[in-house]
Amino acid sequence: MPINYYIFLSVCLFCIGIIGVLTRRNAIVIFMCIELMLNAVNLLLVAFSRMHHAAAQSLDAASMAGAEAQIFVFFIMVVAAAEVTVGLAIIVMLYRNIHSVDINFLNRLKH
Amino acid sequence: MVIFSKNPVHSVLWLIVVFFAISGHYVLLNAQFLAIVNMIVYAGAIMVLFLFVIMLMNMNADQEPNKSKWMKMAGVVSGGSLMLILVATLKNNTAVAGGQEAGIGLIQQLGRTLFSEYVVPFEISSVLFLSAMVGAIILGKKEKGIIETNVSK
Repeated sequence: MPINYYIFLSVCLFCIGIIGVLTRRNAIVIFMCIELMLNAVNLLLVAFSRMHHAAAQSLDAASMAGAEAQIFVFFIMVVAAAEVTVGLAIIVMLYRNIHSVDINFLNRLKH
Repeated sequence: MVIFSKNPVHSVLWLIVVFFAISGHYVLLNAQFLAIVNMIVYAGAIMVLFLFVIMLMNMNADQEPNKSKWMKMAGVVSGGSLMLILVATLKNNTAVAGGQEAGIGLIQQLGRTLFSEYVVPFEISSVLFLSAMVGAIILGKKEKGIIETNVSK
């Protein structure tokens, strides 16, 4: 299977995430679009890992190249989980303050 | 579907569908461990957290105020043009993601790599998790104090 398909799928997912961030005003939906973009990048990393592994295996049959990319994807998931925790806490705090999750109320962060 | 549904709960459910699809792609790409982790962490934990927050805020109605048409149009046009540019840039490579041998995606190989070469980032990520947990608790707790002072006033 050509890697082009995976590149196109990742680009599509990433651009859907960007469109969501640019068009929606609900803070939680924007947050989910950020998650979508992170997953697009993860998918691209795994696809490249597979390609790298196949290329290294054609030279050396016992090669284990490509596992590093999957470790990186694992770390991206870890950081995304931490980010979701803090971000949702901030959104809950925001909702308690202004009783809305519209990001247009955030244009002035003081008061 | 994630970005076009008015109801945030429907949006979360569509995002869960997307995450399961991505997990299927991971299995196809010989990354079985990542598929399981993706299914558990994203589709399980994070999406449940999103659903919990949404239901906590009780915003199942479409109370999102409408943005102007021009802003939506500008967002869609800019995102679509970015996608066109990326596709036009990347459409010429012909490398093949072949290979039928499994092995790098299994837990054994990944664990060996993780705990031999990437021990320090692993520990740093655990500290990051701890700090994120403490930060979330502090963010949720400080506000309760303010509400109590408001009530006592």
